[in-house]
Amino acid sequence: MSTVTVVDHGAGNLRSLRAALERLGEDVRITSDPSAVEAAAVVVVPGVGAAGPAMERLRVTGLARAIRTAAAGGANVVGICLGLQLLFDRSDEGDTKCLGLLPGAVHRIDWAGTVPHMGWNDVTPARGDALADALPAVCYFAHTYVAEPEDGRDVLATTELDGRTFASAVARGRVAAVQFHPERSGPAGRALLAALLRRGDAA
Amino acid sequence: MLRRRIIPCLDVRRGRLVKGVRFRDLRDCGDPVDAAARYAESGADEIVWLNISAGEEAWAELLRAVERAARRVDVPLCVGGGVDGLERARDLLLAGADKVSVNTAALDRPELVSDLAGRLGSQCVVVAVDAARVDGSWEAHASAGRRPTGRDAIAWSREVVERGAGELLVTSIDADGGHAGYDLDLVAAVSGAVSVPVVASGGAGGPADMAAALAAGAQAALAASIFHDGEATMAGVKQEVAACGLPVRS
Repeated sequence: MSTVTVVDHGAGNLRSLRAALERLGEDVRITSDPSAVEAAAVVVVPGVGAAGPAMERLRVTGLARAIRTAAAGGANVVGICLGLQLLFDRSDEGDTKCLGLLPGAVHRIDWAGTVPHMGWNDVTPARGDALADALPAVCYFAHTYVAEPEDGRDVLATTELDGRTFASAVARGRVAAVQFHPERSGPAGRALLAALLRRGDAA
Repeated sequence: MLRRRIIPCLDVRRGRLVKGVRFRDLRDCGDPVDAAARYAESGADEIVWLNISAGEEAWAELLRAVERAARRVDVPLCVGGGVDGLERARDLLLAGADKVSVNTAALDRPELVSDLAGRLGSQCVVVAVDAARVDGSWEAHASAGRRPTGRDAIAWSREVVERGAGELLVTSIDADGGHAGYDLDLVAAVSGAVSVPVVASGGAGGPADMAAALAAGAQAALAASIFHDGEATMAGVKQEVAACGLPVRS
């Protein structure tokens, strides 16, 4: 058992995420205190909503710097849904500068017949990784933007939507993130969440 | 491949699960969290709770039930009924709902939809469109189907999507409770008019009806009594949908 530090940037519901982590036997700490985030060994960046206001809150509260400090110090950083998008350099959503822990940008889904991409879809491994042990899986998505990693090697898994694939799981060193909601993806999500928390140790 | 969704809808009064016919003769049927967890285990792709009680006390009871559901249920939960503005929408999301649905408040103040989408994100804003046939088209209704608004339901659907709604929950007032199938023309008309996912509701009498609604263009099909009364199972519905060549989560 280890302590998982979940960054609370005021973007809403962390209850289901906390419950999902606790079901895995993790000791969960939800905090908006930058010094607690800086010192954490495992940092989860969650989030729903829009990139602009989320980054604004992270910056104003000092949490943005704390997450980068934790990452630089070798913490495992895990992004979920909007949290994945925030780890990249920038997002088209509100033309927002993001955390810059993963090279690449976030773009609107402009090719699909139906947007948001909402519902259960396949997550297919793109390369071998601790996360790949829990794949393939069908997971729950609810998003309008997708990340395009600059370095194709950062893509851990892909998902197909209306004839195009996008990166639904990414990782670089100890930073890893998923676009779907593992905490809302039934038993498959539980296994993926466990693998996500574990994989940093292998990186 | 994106799966079509099968969604059971639970009526919740004062934080308790109730069953009745068109909101009459309501019987207490236990804890909605237990029911939601059972449906999730049996393969429901999402759960919808419809709050049918008014008042502050009932709202607090609803929020407590949502909090418990967020801890126990590991598929998405959408909650609607009584969301009269931003504050209550936020209450529900903070309690642990993944999506909130609005109907009457949006019809009375369409700018509410823009406000909700801007502040909470489109992906958690569902607009419930209750529609009844009138002279060859459909009219949007407020107040649980009791109040006609004079708005064309298709035009209204387009408007709320432009304002940022991330999903539409489209209920046929004519078909609701009739067990004779969804209003497929309505499902097709709304699905063809908007770019967001459409959830078909009202009239399911069995698995074949749900498959037909999905074939007509809906991304998801919702039903209540056929599941609660044991006339259909998640597995049975999904088998039927898959047999029609549409992808489902097994």
